[in-house]
Amino acid sequence: MTKVSSLTKPKKIDRGTLISIVLICAVYVLAFVLEQVMPSTSMLFTVLKKGATYALVAVSMNLLNGFTGLFSLGQAGFMLIGAYTYAIFTIPVAQRLSVYQYYNGGLVQFSLPVIVAVALAGLFAAFFAFLIGLPVLRLKSDYLAIATLGFAEIIRAIFQWDKIGILTNGSNLRLFPTFTDDFNIRDADGNVVLYLSTLVPFLITGVCVAFIVLLINSSYGRAFKAMRDDETAAEAMGINLARHKMLAFCTSSFFAGVGGAMLAMYANSVQAKSFTTAMTYEILLMVVIGGIGSVTGSVFSSFLFVACSEWWLRFLDQEQVWGGWKVPLLRNGFRLVVFSLIIMMVVLFFRKGIMGTRELPDLFRKRVKKTGKESAKR
Amino acid sequence: MSANVLHLDNITMQFGGVVAVNNVSLDVNEGEIVALIGPNGAGKTTVFNVITGVYAPTNGRVTLRGKVIAEDHPRGKMRKLYTGGHMYEYHHTVNNTPDKITKMGMARTFQNIRLFKSMTVFENVLVAKHMNLKANYLSSALHINVREEAQMREDTMELLRIVGLAEQRDEIATSLPYGQQRRLEIARALSTNPSMLLLDEPAAGMNPQETEDLSAFIRDIKDRFSLTVLLIEHDMNLVMDISDRIYVLNFGALIANGTPAEIQSNPDVITAYLGVSEE
Repeated sequence: MTKVSSLTKPKKIDRGTLISIVLICAVYVLAFVLEQVMPSTSMLFTVLKKGATYALVAVSMNLLNGFTGLFSLGQAGFMLIGAYTYAIFTIPVAQRLSVYQYYNGGLVQFSLPVIVAVALAGLFAAFFAFLIGLPVLRLKSDYLAIATLGFAEIIRAIFQWDKIGILTNGSNLRLFPTFTDDFNIRDADGNVVLYLSTLVPFLITGVCVAFIVLLINSSYGRAFKAMRDDETAAEAMGINLARHKMLAFCTSSFFAGVGGAMLAMYANSVQAKSFTTAMTYEILLMVVIGGIGSVTGSVFSSFLFVACSEWWLRFLDQEQVWGGWKVPLLRNGFRLVVFSLIIMMVVLFFRKGIMGTRELPDLFRKRVKKTGKESAKR
Repeated sequence: MSANVLHLDNITMQFGGVVAVNNVSLDVNEGEIVALIGPNGAGKTTVFNVITGVYAPTNGRVTLRGKVIAEDHPRGKMRKLYTGGHMYEYHHTVNNTPDKITKMGMARTFQNIRLFKSMTVFENVLVAKHMNLKANYLSSALHINVREEAQMREDTMELLRIVGLAEQRDEIATSLPYGQQRRLEIARALSTNPSMLLLDEPAAGMNPQETEDLSAFIRDIKDRFSLTVLLIEHDMNLVMDISDRIYVLNFGALIANGTPAEIQSNPDVITAYLGVSEE
């Protein structure tokens, strides 16, 4: 009955996709090897860990803004929910008394395995997204952006409220290294035998981004893109707008929540005051620089962004003397000036971002076919 | 007498004090091609939008195969503004969003082409298959429904062959020539497996040759998919050529209906189209 001709069978693997998969595997192997041979205090790993976190959040934002056409600015709010959920559930029981020293050990008196806590972080974020989405998703474009931005601020204010300190520890939760412990595997004496603290965030991001890429290429993904291109036509083609917008919104928030949990792992503490609007803007910037509608672009630009702001441009903040000549202008804060200039350059000369709407496999295809297909894998 | 497919009962659509559609009642029967004509601004597209659920009518009822798909009466401040007749004959309120009405078997095209502009020809038609997807969100996202997806692609390809767009399957939809874009819009509508097709000015912007092809095309798909067709059109050659019956709308109200021959000789219609001299 279901006879499928070879013509319509989705081509499983073409050259571009194959090269991309090999390349991505190579990156993972490289990250693993580098971690074993280089000192773990190297700036590279900070950038890689933080970059992986931001990559996931940027891709999740791209799913909403780039692929579904919903201009939402609530990302920091959902990350905050994810980060707190993760932190609350992973603090070891033995240390709860010292963490929640003013709150008699806090409300939650058990801890969960990391992977469960990460999943919960996503689920909580998605649940809140569902609640927010009910009223807010009726709004369009700028109004949706303002409403979600407002939501993120409200969430931040609520988490800083000292009355719920029994959960949030007065807006400042510290995880303890005994649990997160960088994921490094140690022998009995406490010596590290296998460094995994960079690979684990990489893996989480990899799995999540792979899911998002698969989603974008599925029937639901096509429906999302249809809504982005023309809502009226999409609705006339039988796509239930409210339901599909909600699905995209909750999915995006789920991964923002996971990203928040990863940020908590990386920072070993959670502070509500760090999840500001500026953070959402940074993520939006990554999406725009990478290319709205390109998963690859978001991932690239996240790493670039983090590397620039944390590492490569750091020297601009210190006074430098080159061969007896004191370089002018270099002082604390100058980094941000240069950074802003670079961003302006990118926005001026790469209107559609670094990647436009292309994906990694498109870079390896001989001629650019105008298929508009995104068969990319991260 | 063949079965009634679509029935409009005293439909009035008022935007504030502006009456766009005034007490329109019309019938479309099984297997017919019915045309809705009228001068610019007569309210034809508004009628379409009421039928497809884009607007809820101010007053009146729309029935599709005996099932009420829209019904309303003036409420709130519309009660004071309402100028149409048959007020409060319709007591129920039935509202369906356009996607639900499409699922009931009524598909439409648009006056100003609304293709998904970033998608290929193939994807444009494929996306209309989404509404019948059986797989849930997760299994679709993880591509577990391989069989269903393959079937969807197969059906889409078949449809593209029928409408003659198989060659262009990987082109971006909006890069097609105008006539083919219109054809693609019809293909996309057909992809939802409709029993009734609404065409909003399918020949707009086409040259005479393309228009001729189009009328053959509409007849062909009507027979092939056993459709009932309601179309809005300005091109009188096309209208007179393919329609079984014609309704004429002027200033929101029906002024005539009948076979093409009757309409052509109807003095009211001629007046509406050509105007009357002041004398």
